[in-house]
Amino acid sequence: MSERTYRPEGIADDFTTGAPTSTADAVPGAAGQPPSAPRAPQLGWRGMLRWTWRQLTSMRVALMLLMLLAVAALPGSILPQRDQDPSAVVEYLGEHPTAGEWLDRFGFFDVYTSVWFSAIYLLLLVSLVGCIVPRTIAHARALRARPPRTPVRFERFPVHVTGTTAESPDEVAAAAAAHLRGRWRRMPTFRVEAGAEDARPARGKVPARPATRTVAAERGYLRETGNLLFHLALVGLVISVAVGQLLHYRGQAIITEDRGFANAVVDYDTFESGAWFSPESLVPFAMTLDAFESEFATDTVAFAQSRDFTAEVTVHEPDGSSRAETIKVNHPLDVDGAKIYLQGNGYAPEISVTDAEGATAFDGRVPFLPEDQVYTSRGVVKVPDVSPGLDQIGLIGYFLPTAVLNDDGTAESVFPLPEDPLLVLEVYRGDLGLDEGVPQNVYRLDTANLTASVDDDGERVTLLLEPGDTVELPDGLGTVTLGEDVPRFVALDLRHDPSLAWVLSFALLALLGLTGSLFLPRRRVWVRSWTSDGVTQVEVAGLARGDDAGLEPEVDRLLTALPGLERARPTRTSEED
Amino acid sequence: MEIGDLSDLLVWAAATTLALAMIAFAIDLGRRTDERLEARTETRAAIGAGVGAPEAGSASGGGSVPAESSAPPRRAAGIGMSTSWLGTILLGVAILLRGVAAGRTPWANMYEFTLVGSFVAMTVFLVWNLRRDVRFLGAFVTGLVTLFIVVGLNSFHVAATGVQPALQNYWLVIHVGVAIAATGIFTIAFVLSALQLLRDARDTGSPFLTRPGFRWLDRMPTPTSLESMSFRLNAVGFVMWTFTIIGGAIWAEDAWGRYWGWDPKEVWSFIIWVVYAAYLHARTTRGWSGRRAAWFVVVGYACVLFNFTGVNLIFNGKHSYSGIS
Repeated sequence: MSERTYRPEGIADDFTTGAPTSTADAVPGAAGQPPSAPRAPQLGWRGMLRWTWRQLTSMRVALMLLMLLAVAALPGSILPQRDQDPSAVVEYLGEHPTAGEWLDRFGFFDVYTSVWFSAIYLLLLVSLVGCIVPRTIAHARALRARPPRTPVRFERFPVHVTGTTAESPDEVAAAAAAHLRGRWRRMPTFRVEAGAEDARPARGKVPARPATRTVAAERGYLRETGNLLFHLALVGLVISVAVGQLLHYRGQAIITEDRGFANAVVDYDTFESGAWFSPESLVPFAMTLDAFESEFATDTVAFAQSRDFTAEVTVHEPDGSSRAETIKVNHPLDVDGAKIYLQGNGYAPEISVTDAEGATAFDGRVPFLPEDQVYTSRGVVKVPDVSPGLDQIGLIGYFLPTAVLNDDGTAESVFPLPEDPLLVLEVYRGDLGLDEGVPQNVYRLDTANLTASVDDDGERVTLLLEPGDTVELPDGLGTVTLGEDVPRFVALDLRHDPSLAWVLSFALLALLGLTGSLFLPRRRVWVRSWTSDGVTQVEVAGLARGDDAGLEPEVDRLLTALPGLERARPTRTSEED
Repeated sequence: MEIGDLSDLLVWAAATTLALAMIAFAIDLGRRTDERLEARTETRAAIGAGVGAPEAGSASGGGSVPAESSAPPRRAAGIGMSTSWLGTILLGVAILLRGVAAGRTPWANMYEFTLVGSFVAMTVFLVWNLRRDVRFLGAFVTGLVTLFIVVGLNSFHVAATGVQPALQNYWLVIHVGVAIAATGIFTIAFVLSALQLLRDARDTGSPFLTRPGFRWLDRMPTPTSLESMSFRLNAVGFVMWTFTIIGGAIWAEDAWGRYWGWDPKEVWSFIIWVVYAAYLHARTTRGWSGRRAAWFVVVGYACVLFNFTGVNLIFNGKHSYSGIS
């Protein structure tokens, strides 16, 4: 193997000779090197390392790793994943205790961060780097090299044309060189080298020839450049994704109309960040939700399907300035490098509870989380014991934006907009654990140790409240009031990932490189011209790397550019159906 | 009649027309087989008479010269082509009307994806045929497309209507449009690779495929030639798929607040990308080009089909836009 053309072990993308290759298996050694048989034993540890490295960077291993990667990605789409849906994982573990435990042990619920998945893609990256770096160096050298020398015989090439002309060989060579270079001096189509050969006697099958003029030309260096660019960009892509993972942060906050939040770790309902994140990097802006609008389809085909969500907000910058902004689905708001997404919305009715002593025990907006398309929303009110000696009260219920009462006394929502809102509550009393200082999920009420309020028949009491209603709580617990207005809430997702621009740039570079490596033709063309019996003989050959339907037209264009050429016999060695 | 209903009627008409085209192409394949048989018999006769004695193999290479070059126009194939054009135009009009009825880009759910994907596959076939004779593909392409359209009508059909906020973006046109086009191109490439494998197996003496019923395979281009055609399409498809993934990531960054989240559809798009990447590598790996590489195309296309059907209908992900409840 010559030093100039580094080839990864096992690659076979040479310039094709046009001879039909066997479709089953390519001929061993076709790429000019012997087939690599395992020959580990006598190598010693250093040779062993070398051999391992050669294998790892070989095409065959890269291919295996690619196939493994595809297979390894599979389970993540079948089994629930912690990153996407943690509650589904818990549910799965509950349903399949034994299998689930083993699957969990082997990382099947965190496939894309598991050891084995990471191992495959890291090995693939190492293999890629080990293959691409020497190739890049070789290509950088090739870029400065001259086109390959004009071969002695043209007969073996896939495209081979001979002809005669009245012009001199010098003129033929000059015309060929000018045509092949193309119009732009700085960006020649072909890299061209004109040369001359001395007269030579007959040798073997080649007849004697007088002195000749030759032109050797090659195009398509960008094809390899594109190939390398693609692979290097993939490495860059993976690195920038990893850096983004380390630096990013993401916080979720639920805010109701006319209320706001500040960009501080404590102000988020949930907050997660990468290992290199520092809380000081949060820009301390604040935001208020001025209004939230939603639209839903009213046609029969897609009744109640969402059509538009718009949150009107005001952003207060740390420097004291403030400005009005809009957040929509698909149109996140960019504030100080962080993006704020509208990820959810619903109703947060104002509920107040007065206890048996007449003291206000609870007064606030309670977000009810929508559970279906018509915003049947579930929420929980946890009322502390403000007056001494009383029970804590828990209210669980549904908020129905447009309620319809059924004959059996149940109620359901039929449309997501608040046209006829109704709040349906069940009442529990007992120790909610509010005094223990342990953080609780505000959307869940553990009723196991609580007493439900029942009527005389033993049925659960359900309270129905329309906006503005005040209703007696059962068992003399007090009263509950639903506010006149029903404020909306929005779930906002704030995310900052400084690597985004890098990720995008590398992805686009990869696309560019890929396109170049697949569609830029790599061709070599040679012209030889000499005078024999007072007539100028011209011989042209063309060679391409890989399949190239455009090689023949390329040579044809060259021929028409040669002055006064008459083709002798168009020879096509390439096999066509 | 509503515009949406008219569109559905036209889709049925297109499916019928394309089914007819498939029959015509199938007749053409059969006819070509007869012709080839005649050629073979002639050769045998010539050998028997001791005249010239051409190699028996030369007849199969498409070089049974005079009989073919002066062959009568293949009327069945011609009918196949004109019905294909008609069916494709009907399908195109149906898609346009669908867009008018829904008041948006007509590729936002599975049914519409099926229609447009079929339309792209037909268009690739028809336009390619303007440049070189690929009528041998006709029976398979029209057959697959008819199957897709009928499955679409029967299983995926939903009435034309608007889309939810997450889909209201110009990326719907670009990301989904390119994904559909890539799928259409992969379809034709799959047909080519499947034919390559069949023809190759027949040439190497597979007991099943050497039966007389598969004589039509002899009239397909050589495996090498099929391979190179398939590669050209797959290369285009792969670049488009890469763009689909990048475009999808850009859109997801805006719509879902992350550019990549291993949603089932993303996982499968990744798998498809890796399989086709493996195919491109296999082509240039010694010992893996040719037949083995063609298997990658088959596997890759199976993944494309599963990504469209299985992932939409079985898995619950963010890409569940089938509209089928």
